[in-house]
Parts: sequence; structure tokens; C-alpha cells
Amino acid sequence: MAATLALIRRELSTYFSSFTGYITISLVLFLVGLSFTDLLLRLNQGEPTDVPVTEMFYQSWYFWLILLLASPVVTMRTFAAEKALGTFETLVTAPISDLQLVLAKFFSSLVFHLVLWLPLILCVGVVRHFANDRSSFDVGMVASTYLGVLLLGCLYMSIGCFASSLTRSQIVASMISFALGMAMFLLGFKTAYAPQKTDRMDGFFSHISMVEHMQDFVRGVVDSRQVFFYLSVTVFFLFLTHKVVESRRWR
Amino acid sequence: MIEVSNLTKRYAGHTAIENLSFGVKRGEIVGFLGPNGAGKSTTMRILACYQPATSGTAKVAGFDVFTQSWEVRKRIGYMPEHNPLYIDMRVREYLKFRARLKGLSWRRSRHRVDVVLEQCGLTGVSKKIIGHLSMGYRQRVGLADALVHEPELIILDEPTLGLDPNQIRQVRQLIKSLGGAHTVLISTHILPEVEMTCNQVLIIHEGRILASDAPTNLQNRLTRQGLITAEIAAPLPELKRRLEALDDVEQVAIAPSDQNYFHCTLTSRSQTDLRLAIYSLVQQEGWQLRELSRSRPTLEDVFVHITRPEKLEEGY
Repeated sequence: MAATLALIRRELSTYFSSFTGYITISLVLFLVGLSFTDLLLRLNQGEPTDVPVTEMFYQSWYFWLILLLASPVVTMRTFAAEKALGTFETLVTAPISDLQLVLAKFFSSLVFHLVLWLPLILCVGVVRHFANDRSSFDVGMVASTYLGVLLLGCLYMSIGCFASSLTRSQIVASMISFALGMAMFLLGFKTAYAPQKTDRMDGFFSHISMVEHMQDFVRGVVDSRQVFFYLSVTVFFLFLTHKVVESRRWR
Repeated sequence: MIEVSNLTKRYAGHTAIENLSFGVKRGEIVGFLGPNGAGKSTTMRILACYQPATSGTAKVAGFDVFTQSWEVRKRIGYMPEHNPLYIDMRVREYLKFRARLKGLSWRRSRHRVDVVLEQCGLTGVSKKIIGHLSMGYRQRVGLADALVHEPELIILDEPTLGLDPNQIRQVRQLIKSLGGAHTVLISTHILPEVEMTCNQVLIIHEGRILASDAPTNLQNRLTRQGLITAEIAAPLPELKRRLEALDDVEQVAIAPSDQNYFHCTLTSRSQTDLRLAIYSLVQQEGWQLRELSRSRPTLEDVFVHITRPEKLEEGY
């Protein structure tokens, strides 16, 4: 356990002691800022609305742009950089298990992912301050939105860790995780464009549609099926990552 | 400490090491010697549990490197070739991280980091970023990392690669000081290094162990070809006759040197040392002697002799 914590600490320190970490943070901040101005413009368009602020933010689609672009950047380093630098060898010859290593890499990127989304709270706070309406900042709503961010983060970080474990090139790793992440995202649209939802296939695609899941989360609806979906897919990708890291010792 | 038997590692298409067997006793400093691509790194990687062998077994401190890799990894300090380090970390921070990773408690890791910083001469740079250090210092950071958890076995893959002569001497001194308390396995293709630091040499070539012995014993194998050089002032015909009459002399070559001295080179037929016989001869005859030496073959000669490919041998 102490070793895992040491690993997580070291992983997080590389985010915050290098330029890449701060560049990622500032670019995400820029995109969140853009979506915030967009949100303010829509709030000022005359008609009063009863749509929650978090949902209005989500409707601007910046959410997916940030998630799809940032997660490969956050995770591409995890294994690929170690392999390129050669430190992978010193790392796995230390008395730590491969599972510990995978989990440490996953959790540290997840923590960084959550840090990236912190400014969103501030945005909602600003709206609440100027709207003079307590209901515009509903704690439950913000909490469920962040639960969505956390669950999607789990999924995308595990995809990223898996992609990074496959290669020693960070660029290749980020491309693989971007492609996988994009594919997962686009699968959800198969239902949106289907003429009728009677087909069993459409039911399936609707079930895994992350756009619809997130739509629920920003409205404050938490469905245990969705929580289970994200956790199980995350575990699946972490399992694959573990197998890839372990494959070195196969004979 | 190390028992390797019939170890074989095949990569797709070629065999890196084949049927390697050797043993290393506790407290020894063993030099792993061989030309590039001989299989040194592969063997060390298997011992360090980085990759499995295709067949055969290797045991460190009685634990199998494949089935009990956790126990083995706790007991070894491994520094891979080219000494990979996190270049964005500070020296002290890095060693602390490695110590914690190797399971040392918080307090103990602090103490051990201080000790190895001192031991490796890193105290002055402990707050510097590793990426800003010179090659020599980085190598010492790698060494400090290998030592930090007081492992029973230290495996160093080319520890003096890319260092200047002064730094090489320091690293050598450090390695030498580790003997006794730790077992050390170092790989190198620099011969004087082995000659000076190791008390056991394994010569490996094309995936096989060609020789395994103490450096002096290896040299003795070639001593038969060693030459005796003497400079004697004496009448030439008499000198030639008397030298050839000595026991065990195979060949005598005499060349005039300056003044009235003659430069004589002798080879002996057996292991016997001719120097005593020459000295007593000179004393008996009342000649003058100003040099008498036996040139011992260096480990380099042994190495070249053993690893020379057959084809080249014909050519020479």
C-alpha cells in the first residue's frame, strides 16, 4: 500500500512539475471558459428558463470536446513514457505487483482528470451569485454532474492507460486512446438517427449511449445501471492493461 | 547466492543465451565479461526478473526468479544498461521514491537515502534535478538506487559506461567496497575493470560461458606462453651456451643491447619460473644483471585468446 501511494505521488508530481500538466490545465480552462461565455449568452436571451445550469452547460457540447481531447493527453504518458525512457525496467524489477502499478497509474490520471474539471464549479457559482436565485446552484445537481464526470473519467482514463501500455510512443498511445474513446462516444448516436426504437439493437445502443447517460447526470438523475456500466467497462480495460503489462513475463 | 542451470533464452529467430550454467557465492564480486551481443544483458535481465527464460532455471538466494519473483526482487538491486532515471525528479526525491517503492518504511527510507547519498558522493547534488546532472553523477544516482534497500545481490549492467577515467576509478572503488557485505554481479567489456575489481570472472561469448575462474587463474592458463626477459653483460658465446643448457628452456633469443649488455628473451617449456635459475647462473659466473622480468599475460590476452572467432584465428 505504501508503495502504491509512493507511485501515485510520483505520478501526480510529474503532472504538476512539468509543463505538459499546466498546458493541459490551461487549455481545458480555455475551453471551459468558452463554454461558460456561451452559457451566459444563452442565459441572457430574454426568456426565463427552468433548465438547470449544469444541463445548459452540457448542451453546449464543449463537455465532449474537452473529454475526448484531454483524456488521451492525460493518459498517453503513463506507460509509454516509462518504456521510452527505460524506467519501465527499473519500475517492474522493484518489488511491486503489476496490478499495483496499473492501479497507481490509473488513479493518478483520474485525480488529474478531476482537477481539470474543478473550474466548472466556479462557473456554476458565478451564475448563482448573479442570478440571485438559490435554485440555480443545486448541490445535488452539481454532485450528480460530477459523478458523471468521475464515471466517464474512469472509463476514459482506463482506455488511455490501456492504449499507453500497448506502445512505447506517446503519440501512438494518444492516437489509439483517441480512436477508442471517439468510437465509444459515437456508438451512442446509432440510436439517435434510427427511425424507430423497436429494434433490439437500438435498445442496446441506447443502453450504452454515453450522451444519454450524461444527459441524465446533468439533470440530477443517477441510474444504478449506468454506474454499473461505467465501472464494469473500466474494470474491463484495466484488466486488459494488467494483462498487457504482465505479458512481459509470459513464456 | 546465484545458481543458474541450463538457462536458455530465444528471441524470435535467434538464441541470445544457450544452456548457461554458473554459480556465484555470497559476498563475491563477479565480473560478467563478453563482447557486445554476447548475452550479458539478457542474463542479467532474467536474473532481475524482468523477462523470463525460455528454458532452464535461475535461483537467487534460493528463490526461483520465475515462480518466486517477488522474493527475488526484494533481494536484488538492479541497475539496467544505460541507467534509466526519471530526469524530472530531484536526486533526493528520486531516491526517496525508490526506497519507498522497495518497501522501506518512511523513517528507514530517510535514513537509508542519507547513507547512500554519502556513500555515492551525492550529498552535494541531492537537491539538483537529475536531468541537469552530468553523466558521472547520474551513474552514481543509479548506483545509489541499486543500494538503497541494502539488497543481498547487486546487479549492475555496464556501470562505467560513458564515464571519464576519473569517474570510472571512483565507481570501481565504490563497487569494490561493496564486496563482502553484498554479492555483486557486474557486466562489462572493459577488461582492466574486471581485473581490478572482481574476484571471479565469467567470460561469455555468443550465449555460452567459455571460462569461469578467478582473474589470476585465468592468466595462469596462458603463463606457459609468458616470456622471461633478462639483460645480462657477459661474453656472447658463453652466455648463449649456458642459457640454452638451463632446464626447461624452450627458446632463447639474444640481441645486443647498449654498452656490453645483451637482451635475452626466453620461453620455458613448462610452468616453472626460469628467473631463479637465470639469477643463480649470473651470480655463479660473476656476470652482471640489470633486468630480469617475466611478462604475465593480461586478462586481455586471455579474453582475446578465448573469444577469438575461428575464422580470424586462421587468418592471423
